[in-house]
Amino acid sequence: MIPATFEYVRAKSVREAVSLLQQHGGRAKLLAGGHSLLPLMKLRLSQPEVLIDLGPVEELRGVREEGSSVVIGAMTTHDELASSPLVRERVPLLAECAAQIGDVQVRNRGTLGGSLAHADPAADYPAAVLVLDAQMECEGPAGARTVPVSQWFVDMLTTALRPDEVLCRVRVPAQTRGQGWSYTKLPHPASGYSLLGVACLLSVDGGTVREARVAITGVGPKALRLPKVEQALAGKPADEASFAEAAKLASDGLDATDDLYASAEYKRHLAAVYTKRGLLRALERVRQ
Amino acid sequence: MNVTVTVNGVRYSRDVEPRTLLVYFLREHLGLTGTHVGCDTSTCGACTVLLNGKAVKSCTVLAVQAEGAQITTVEGLAQGDRLHPIQQAFWDEHGLQCGFCTPGMMLAAVDLLQRNPNPTEEQIRHALEGNLCRCTGYQHIVNAVQAAARAMSAAVGAPSGGE
Repeated sequence: MIPATFEYVRAKSVREAVSLLQQHGGRAKLLAGGHSLLPLMKLRLSQPEVLIDLGPVEELRGVREEGSSVVIGAMTTHDELASSPLVRERVPLLAECAAQIGDVQVRNRGTLGGSLAHADPAADYPAAVLVLDAQMECEGPAGARTVPVSQWFVDMLTTALRPDEVLCRVRVPAQTRGQGWSYTKLPHPASGYSLLGVACLLSVDGGTVREARVAITGVGPKALRLPKVEQALAGKPADEASFAEAAKLASDGLDATDDLYASAEYKRHLAAVYTKRGLLRALERVRQ
Repeated sequence: MNVTVTVNGVRYSRDVEPRTLLVYFLREHLGLTGTHVGCDTSTCGACTVLLNGKAVKSCTVLAVQAEGAQITTVEGLAQGDRLHPIQQAFWDEHGLQCGFCTPGMMLAAVDLLQRNPNPTEEQIRHALEGNLCRCTGYQHIVNAVQAAARAMSAAVGAPSGGE
């Protein structure tokens, strides 16, 4: 399978990428690691006339600490995230999520920014960045703009990123000490995409849940926080019984869609099962 | 569009259409047919090569994205007549049946052994998740990677040993 013809240009800086986007209007797409876009182009589901390769843009790479946040360049690969000592120490949830994406070869090429800008409904990162309250730092012709992750995912394959903007960095508040976390997924056995994935962050005080944040990906058009589950957990004992009770609410009114692999009904069932598993795993880490 | 890459230590410069995938560039433009096209959908791993030392699926990389890169294909593993330890191990342990997945398996294994010279069986299976063997000969493949790990560890420190 070969993509349709396109014109290929390399950007050397974010500024150059923005100006190329302006110049080519809606005919152009940004190319990051290419592990979402190129398969779509091979299937001719996407036929951009111009590809702007962000590969050479050094300023989009790397991970650094800034105050109580970790700032991750959009072109950082899943493998770089999963193996970064800083990410593993300060935002271990994100490292655990990155390590479960696809397979080694995919993690060596695919990028955080590419995945978040593409917003595949079965991608893993969306659930993790939702519970982490990440900030998406974008740059466009009018300058820099920060979008809170709660406003980022608009619909299937649609984000708040404007057509002439580049997603440059993701700013992730570091997890607090003692907080439990987990990313638990059911991968499709061939593609590695999530049939569903659940991210949890759990703060416990003297055996009582102080705060729980839970988000789910893969079941519907976009990843979601599960506020009913979160509210049901607050103030409850941090144990299997209250997790099981709260996890039932994960299925409640969940916008699940049938796909080739699983029915909406099955996904709603799995949502409760994986929410409970995720919470229990997070709790093990609270105690560590 | 011009692409210049170094494949197995040899520099190549060719004009290609931007839509040329790296695997077709290697096979059809450079004549290096050891890298196989399997599923063509980034699933099976038959097209795995090392791009700047890391295993990638060359059906999902544009040749133009590899500009300036160092690429290793299966043809670059042996040193003259001397097989790479991973090749010798696949031979000794019967790590192949039809052989179609073998080049990709070996390069994914090389990526693993660079990161983790002494992997457990579980780590080997995890590292090879992106490579499918339709003969289902996985047990012998895992044995081969373990044998290669032993051989490469033994060679470390020897004056002319190791890569």
